[in-house]
Amino acid sequence: MNLSHFDFSIILHGKFAEMLWSGFITTIQLSSISCILAFFLGLNIAVMRMMPFAPVRFFAQCYLEFLRNTPLIVQLFFWYFGSYQVLPSFVNNWLNEMSFEFAAAVIALTFYTSAFIAEDIRSGILAIPKEQMEASRSSGFTYIRSMHYIILPQAVRLTIPPLINQFLNLAKNSSMAMVIGVGELTYQARQIESQSFKSFEAFFAATFIYICISFAITGMVNIYDKKVLNPMGKGSH
Amino acid sequence: MDSIIDFSVITNNFLQFMIGRYPNGPLGGLALTLILAFISVLLSIVGGLILGLMCISRNKFISIPVSMFVNLIRAMPLLMVIFWMFFILPAMTGGKFPENGTVICALTIFTSCYISQIVKAGIASIPRGQSEACMSSGLTYWQSMRYVILPQGLRNMIPSFVNQFVSLIKDTSLGYIVGVSEITQVAQQINNRTQNYAAEIFIFLAIIYFIICFAFTSLSRWLEQKLSWRKSI
Repeated sequence: MNLSHFDFSIILHGKFAEMLWSGFITTIQLSSISCILAFFLGLNIAVMRMMPFAPVRFFAQCYLEFLRNTPLIVQLFFWYFGSYQVLPSFVNNWLNEMSFEFAAAVIALTFYTSAFIAEDIRSGILAIPKEQMEASRSSGFTYIRSMHYIILPQAVRLTIPPLINQFLNLAKNSSMAMVIGVGELTYQARQIESQSFKSFEAFFAATFIYICISFAITGMVNIYDKKVLNPMGKGSH
Repeated sequence: MDSIIDFSVITNNFLQFMIGRYPNGPLGGLALTLILAFISVLLSIVGGLILGLMCISRNKFISIPVSMFVNLIRAMPLLMVIFWMFFILPAMTGGKFPENGTVICALTIFTSCYISQIVKAGIASIPRGQSEACMSSGLTYWQSMRYVILPQGLRNMIPSFVNQFVSLIKDTSLGYIVGVSEITQVAQQINNRTQNYAAEIFIFLAIIYFIICFAFTSLSRWLEQKLSWRKSI
């Protein structure tokens, strides 16, 4: 391969640059919306996973295992093609009024990621000494209240580095939304390739953007690790 | 919209789910998924060990470029790796490259990079004193790696390896994108043909993946408990 054959000007200006930009924006929107939803869903699942009431625990366990052990692409297909059979029709009508591809991708990414986030938060909860729960229960807090006011604020603080990593995975996984036609970055790269036959340039640009996103997110973890969790250097907490 | 779940579409097409159009065409379905996963697992164990050892090499001309490569691949979505392979491999071999090979190459490179990090961490978990002891008993670097460090390190890595393989099995579903007739592709074909049974088809597909992956996840959890006595010493 000879680098002088490649023409990057084609993706730096004009229509293709706009396509890449819109793909980037869609990737960011898709990842951020799913990330916020998955965080709150994962938080609830993690608490359910540790409830003293066994049936709830069992339900959360099944939820986690099923979502973690199925490929994301299958879940995307399920929500995109099969949701009209399982969701009530008013939900479907509402989803159809929005961009249905985008909504299906958000649903699939949210559920998929929430399972991984729940496991991370759970290990954060396990890192909090058991006595704290016992103390707050014996001061008259209910289980949910002691979780809410005592355990979770500390657990989430410990969980932030793995959570940011999950966000990184989510940003990378969002590329799979192209299979159901969401116009995110990979989809746009594919479009540019088929319209201009410039596959190297298109994929180079898309890959470059993904790598920038990933390194930005990894940088955030490192800064948080240094500034907040380990301000005195390694192993101080 | 009526919401009647009817699983007869599964029983009617069961054989196609399992082996694709095998006697009349190429092998596909679940059988192809398992073959792709198996080959990629074997190759990526080898690749991961080599990359991992290169990452911790004392020669900076090896460790720095290899670490950069590993970090670049880890920063990319797998889909991008597949697309790169999809157009680099034919350009390199100067002809058409089979889709199965493309997916195996992409999965191997991608998983090797993740495994190399596990290898790196596993070797770092062995106390430094051991390699110092090896050195002072006159073993060379490679001898101490081969007889002392790796056998213990690998033992600690096994559960993480198994977890990585679960991801790999899930990732074979991305072969769908380059047209490999593995089980996700077969399911999509059946879905296109039968039109109205998408939920049933994809629930069944999810269940198949779940059974395989859950077996491995349970194995890894069991191994973690079984091997943990070592770490406590």
